[in-house]
Amino acid sequence: MNRGIAIDALTKAYGDLDVLNGLNLHVDRGEFVSILGPSGCGKSTLLSVLTGIESADSGSIAIDGQGLAGSGSPFAWMPQTDVLLPWRSVSDNVALGYQVAGRVRKSQARKQAGELLGTFGLREFADSHPYQLSGGMRQRVALARTIAQGRDILLLDEPFGALDALTRTELQLWLDQIWGRERFTVLLITHDVREAVLLSDRIYVFSERPARVVGEFDVPLERPRTMSMLAGDQAKQLELDLLRALHVGSGDTP
Amino acid sequence: MVNVSSTTCFLPVRPWINDVKSVLRSLRLSLAPLVLLAVLLAIWEIYSRSSTIGDNVLPAFSRVLTAGWADRQSLWENTVPTVREVIIGFAVSVAFAFVISVLLDLSPRANRAVMPLLIGSQTVPLVVLAPLFVIWFGFGFLPKILLVTLVTFFPVVVGLVDGYASSERDAVTLLRTMGAGKVSVFTLVRLPSALPGFFTGLRIGITYAVVAAIFAEYAGAVSGLGVYIRGASGSFRTDLVLAGVVVAALITLGLYGLTIVVQRLCMPWYAASRKVLQ
Repeated sequence: MNRGIAIDALTKAYGDLDVLNGLNLHVDRGEFVSILGPSGCGKSTLLSVLTGIESADSGSIAIDGQGLAGSGSPFAWMPQTDVLLPWRSVSDNVALGYQVAGRVRKSQARKQAGELLGTFGLREFADSHPYQLSGGMRQRVALARTIAQGRDILLLDEPFGALDALTRTELQLWLDQIWGRERFTVLLITHDVREAVLLSDRIYVFSERPARVVGEFDVPLERPRTMSMLAGDQAKQLELDLLRALHVGSGDTP
Repeated sequence: MVNVSSTTCFLPVRPWINDVKSVLRSLRLSLAPLVLLAVLLAIWEIYSRSSTIGDNVLPAFSRVLTAGWADRQSLWENTVPTVREVIIGFAVSVAFAFVISVLLDLSPRANRAVMPLLIGSQTVPLVVLAPLFVIWFGFGFLPKILLVTLVTFFPVVVGLVDGYASSERDAVTLLRTMGAGKVSVFTLVRLPSALPGFFTGLRIGITYAVVAAIFAEYAGAVSGLGVYIRGASGSFRTDLVLAGVVVAALITLGLYGLTIVVQRLCMPWYAASRKVLQ
């Protein structure tokens, strides 16, 4: 049996506008998978279907071979902006995940949040408020809040898209490190080819709307990942293949 | 390698230094209005002393103070009921505004139905309403409470409703993806998001409250600053009329200051986060 998440023939249209057209993909337990697609490829529609904000017209989502019937979304969503609540301290923001998604009592949620911040190396910021943190630090807290939801799959929606290039790289390596330790199941949505190569085990390439999978690539790099790996031949070739699949620079021939 | 516990991104904040700084800053800021006030009062003083205008038409400010002080017993006895009306009326108003705002937020249909009525209620002039309330409810406490409530609840409702609407959309969506229901989304995101708007409404409302109470007393009451001012005016004691006005202004300033203190206590993160953004 296929363990993990399986999305089968997912279709969604708004009136005459086909947004998702028979989408198939799967993510194994403990796997880091990226979806790489052009802007406006129906990514946000996929997100709202996966997180249960909207329902699909047809198709199915199964986890460990079981349908989702009524058990709520298995996805913990991390939005592009951190959306930390400014009136809550860092640990209370993280506790929100346990409290709301985990239905844990507030005092218990706080305790768990404190422990999680510890494993993330963020303990000293537990009592700070979001405005006291830099953008990169806020995204780290947002990731902790996502994990605190205790869901099966992390759905990272361009989590580093709003950061400057240096901080983004720093956070990508940090995420790789955390992932190497905890082995969450991750579905990362991005339009950054290097980010997808640096972080993923496997990459799906999406077409423009209506979204369907036009390519699937394994990433042949070891863990933990380093920046120098990106300079290697394997990574360079993969980046080129991904760009081709995205029809970027399709004019130049090898 | 990146150190997981990297602290380079953190802005160090030493709270007590900021406290001292903010006290000094607010002292410096409150100096300007005090100087301006002193200048205006000096002009008034000089004008009324040097011109041929009689003392019972425009008494000098110093005379207003001495007359007020001499009559402090009566002034105090009439201030207490006014303050009581203002505070109770305003409390009723805030409670009422909160309930209405929640209804308006939960139901768009209620919003469409009720909002025009609320706006309409604000167009009825105080001059008309105050005597009517005396006819309907008598000379007691109730018509004053009602008038203060009627005049002050509107800015609070608008502040709350706009505040709910200012909630970050992604924050609401995030909570929904976590499985939060309507009530949780309201208490965890929408209500805290509305606090800045609520306090803005509160500050506007409180400046109307004292005027409304005095107006209600003016129309008919046993005691209160409105009664005091009316009595003084009837016996051509302009100095005592103005003394009553000074007391009313001081009450309003005090209550306004109180709303700012309460706001600081309720949402310390707000002023601090704005300072960082500036």
